[in-house]
Amino acid sequence: MIRAKIAGIEKALPPLVVTNDRLASIVETSDEWISSRTGIKQRHISSGQNTSDLCIETADKLIKKAGWDPLSVDLIIVGTLTPDYATPNVACMVQAALGCANAFCFDISAACSGFVYSLSAAEKFIRAGNVKRAIVLGGETLSKITDWNDRSTCVLFADGAGGVLLEASESGGIICEDLHADGSKGASLLAGYHKIDNPFFKEEEKRGKYIEMNGRDIFSFATRIVPGSIKKVLDDAGVGSDEIKYFVLHQANTRINDIIAKKLKISPEKFFSNIHSTGNTSGGSIPILLAEMDEKGLFSKGDKLILAGFGGGLTWATMLIEL
Amino acid sequence: MVFERIRDIIAANLSIDPNTITLKTRINEDLKADSLELFKIVNEIEDEFGIKIEYAETVETVEDAVQYVKDQTTE
Repeated sequence: MIRAKIAGIEKALPPLVVTNDRLASIVETSDEWISSRTGIKQRHISSGQNTSDLCIETADKLIKKAGWDPLSVDLIIVGTLTPDYATPNVACMVQAALGCANAFCFDISAACSGFVYSLSAAEKFIRAGNVKRAIVLGGETLSKITDWNDRSTCVLFADGAGGVLLEASESGGIICEDLHADGSKGASLLAGYHKIDNPFFKEEEKRGKYIEMNGRDIFSFATRIVPGSIKKVLDDAGVGSDEIKYFVLHQANTRINDIIAKKLKISPEKFFSNIHSTGNTSGGSIPILLAEMDEKGLFSKGDKLILAGFGGGLTWATMLIEL
Repeated sequence: MVFERIRDIIAANLSIDPNTITLKTRINEDLKADSLELFKIVNEIEDEFGIKIEYAETVETVEDAVQYVKDQTTE
């Protein structure tokens, strides 16, 4: 059976670092309040870089480091909820910038699960034999859809992109997955509403472009759903949690991930985190974290990892991969 | 019975002695539980008793939680 193996991991963060103290000069909040409730100490915020810029930088690093000919890339997928345009999609912009003229390109909108959804989609094309090489990215500029007057959300969200090269292989790679959605709870996390506004109808609607989140709903969803999803993937794969080197979870909130670890009876040290320095970058968070872990030399060939994204939609996606 | 079970959930979540918790204890103000700790406590009470507490924010004292559970169960 053809498998899809990770052949490179990279990230790109905007250079501007915004600390909690800096935020406290914009809205009424404090470093203590933010860090004790979220684990976030600072985040990277765009000073002009859009989602495509961060994704292009990531993809450029990926193919240069791997020595891939851009023309050998068959597919580019970007998981994002903050594309530059409705069209062209970000993946097409990456294709143009890198000269991957043979690739077909699309974005996936699944919020914080977007990167794992994208990996899953790319893997299916590789397994089917249509694609040999793919670039899979997760990138956001959430600062575009953040209400910077709302202290309950503007302290959480941030910008950044990360991604991987995925290549057809005989072994390893993506082993098992569990992807789900519950659209009935979609209103718990809203962003980017487009009003009907034409010469014949003008919609009166309070919802706007900014992120609106019901904190308790999302907290309860994540801490209740994700442990079961991780357990299902481990059970389906017949892999014990002791065989997993790291659990790489979406970085929404340190305490959510601590509760998930506790429910699974797994040491929190196996749940590597970088939320203190990057904040919540939605679709970018898992590949950014993977890239940071890779830079620190934490990975070896054959390591098994659990990836788990969860968020808007509501969507959730867990995947077992072997490096 | 309901009180003891709720008391134990609160004590375990906040790492405090259950004997310091009474019906009149204010979860937020007296025990210094923040919003996420309150969410976690409310979720565990929901799971323990198989009920749904719509507005976690309305649970101020331990007695509020006990009453909420009693209203929604036959206990």
